[in-house]
Amino acid sequence: MIRTFNKGGVHPHENKISARSGIQGLPVPGSVAIILSQHLGAPAKPVVNRGDEVKTGQIIAKGDGFISSNVHASVSGKVIKIDVADDVSGYKRPAVFIEVSGDEWLDNIIRDGSVDREIKLNGTEIINRISESGIVGLGGATFPSHVKLTIPRGKKVDNLIINGVECEPFLTADHALMLEKGEELMVGVKILMKALNLNKAVIGIENNKPDAIQHLQSLSAQYGGIQIQPLKVKYPQGGEKQLIKAITGREIPSGGLPMDVGALVFNVGSVFSIYEAVQKNKPLFERIVTVTGRSVSKPSNLRVRIGTPVSALIEAAGGLPSDTGKIICGGPMMGKALSNTEIPVVKGTSGILMLPDSESRRHKILPCVRCGKCVDVCPMGLEPYLLMPLSQHDHFDALERAHVMDCIECGSCSYICPARRPLLDYIRLAKANVGKIIRTRRKP
Amino acid sequence: MTAAILYTIIILTSLGIVAAFVLYFVAQRFKVYEDPKIDLVEAVLPGANCGGCGFAGCRNFAEQLVKAETLDDLYCPVGGKETMEKIAALLGKEVVSQDSRVAVLRCNGACEYRPRTNVYDGVATCSIAAALYGGETGCQYGCLGFGDCVEACKFDALHMDQETGLPVVNDENCTACGACVKACPKDLFELRKRWKGNRKIYVACMNEDKGGIARKNCSVACIGCAKCFKVCPHDAITMKNNLAFIDSDKCKLCRKCAPECPTNCILEIGFPVKKPRPENLPEEQNKPVEPGIEPADTTAKNTISGKEEKQ
Repeated sequence: MIRTFNKGGVHPHENKISARSGIQGLPVPGSVAIILSQHLGAPAKPVVNRGDEVKTGQIIAKGDGFISSNVHASVSGKVIKIDVADDVSGYKRPAVFIEVSGDEWLDNIIRDGSVDREIKLNGTEIINRISESGIVGLGGATFPSHVKLTIPRGKKVDNLIINGVECEPFLTADHALMLEKGEELMVGVKILMKALNLNKAVIGIENNKPDAIQHLQSLSAQYGGIQIQPLKVKYPQGGEKQLIKAITGREIPSGGLPMDVGALVFNVGSVFSIYEAVQKNKPLFERIVTVTGRSVSKPSNLRVRIGTPVSALIEAAGGLPSDTGKIICGGPMMGKALSNTEIPVVKGTSGILMLPDSESRRHKILPCVRCGKCVDVCPMGLEPYLLMPLSQHDHFDALERAHVMDCIECGSCSYICPARRPLLDYIRLAKANVGKIIRTRRKP
Repeated sequence: MTAAILYTIIILTSLGIVAAFVLYFVAQRFKVYEDPKIDLVEAVLPGANCGGCGFAGCRNFAEQLVKAETLDDLYCPVGGKETMEKIAALLGKEVVSQDSRVAVLRCNGACEYRPRTNVYDGVATCSIAAALYGGETGCQYGCLGFGDCVEACKFDALHMDQETGLPVVNDENCTACGACVKACPKDLFELRKRWKGNRKIYVACMNEDKGGIARKNCSVACIGCAKCFKVCPHDAITMKNNLAFIDSDKCKLCRKCAPECPTNCILEIGFPVKKPRPENLPEEQNKPVEPGIEPADTTAKNTISGKEEKQ
């Protein structure tokens, strides 16, 4: 049976042009800038100093606080400075700069290509290893995985969902991973099942990836309890709330967490990193990034060390097309345009998309025609055409009553609007303002 | 026929009498006492409802003024000292005199000094652009130039200079209500003490980057060299995060800092052309002080004539 979520959603042109190009390793760059705040929560505190020699996989910054994550050296070499670097956020963030010499990995990382099926660690050890290895959600939100796995008392999780949806157009990093690292992925899911003490898990995949569905289905016969669930192609199905609705039929209450309906969602990229951390002792210091675009000569999925400048990825994909108007980090729906190409890859970088100039310009904003399409497509059941004027006029109380904080910023409203109104821009602004008000209200 | 008219009159009259009694008792029972002083105070206030005092409009402020024991923390920046004195007389309270203030933009990154590195194509408001990224230039602290402050100003004291791409404060119209301070997502506006003749001296930069990076992105950025900090005789300059700041309450307009600045980011506005020695004062500075802004001016005069004096 083909399932999907019930409320809203759009289906933009898929453009998965790099789907068949496999995963290639990108050579280690000459120098890297590893941003210390690559995850949701408090930035990590550096534990290395200028001039220190580091090995690949060595911890260079420790998570500060509960919702935080460790950061590891992605290359071996010398720390040349601890300074600020431009980040995807468009602002400068503290970063550790390492000048590369050779590629010497820490001795305890197992580097053979074999699949290690036997899980030796117990539940708590698994969560500790995940925490040490700095694993965060690689789908884009970069929420620290160990925090997700630490179930608070009184909550029960009975549904483990693995997100192989990849609903963003253009992106194929997860698709390539499912095809090439299917076995490892299955072991990864088993590790999570052991950590959570569950005997079943569901992998949700949109059925525009039939090869991945088939591949994982054939593997799932050997790994009991893992079910592959094909899903109808609809954006934003990769959103946690939408995926839970599609697979379990349960809806997360407003302001709630997946745990409130007994579900936990992990991206396939995170699951693969968890496999590597638990079975191979390898911390998260590289990830798969799709480098794509219609004019790009070699659209590809690259295995990239964290901290590599985006310019190196563009070079590997055949250079910057001459018609490029915008370089986007992430997918075309939710990604962010980069202000320069020296910005380093972080844990949350899922793709680099080069859009031609003709497609990267904003259209003229016309008056709202009250067609209601934005209400139709909103996966959270909001009314974007009403939220935008409320945000323009700072009606924060009304915005809060209209559940603006439920917006997942998927951009379906802005995508569908025939008057090209910047709905999401204003809603995002409203979320920032209302969020600030809520936070100050909570503090006595 | 007559009976019908008669009945109508009787019924309506008795209804009226009953309603009158009910209304009278309700009015007595649920009477809300309002101090008549509130109306008087409100009449004195400028009526701009700008929120510069920190309250929701002039009426609300009037209520607070009447309620408050002392007028220490209450001040109408628009009406200024005169209004506050009138109110104090009305209420029989003491007014704490505050210096008149004026908004100042702490960025001088005009297009010619700050090269553009990218083009912003989104919604043309500063708040949205600032939520997305650092801006069209390499400086993430500087003015974005979409004029949220101009929009926020209710006194027509701000307008965009098309050539520089920066907002310009009209000192005459500025009431220091603070709307621009709140509107600017980069916190570039500061309410500084107003001097005679609208003289100003301030660090027109908020860039906290290290010197080299700051200079690369903007030729008039503060590079944090601390030369001004060393030369200031009044301890008015502080250095924090590679950035100098002149405290307008401590500054005495001695103008020693500005020539030291290697990037010319300390702006001197409204001064006559500087003579080589401070003794040779232009005529106008020795004129008697105008009433109304006396605390600022006495010190200014003393400082400029070479006598350093603490406030």
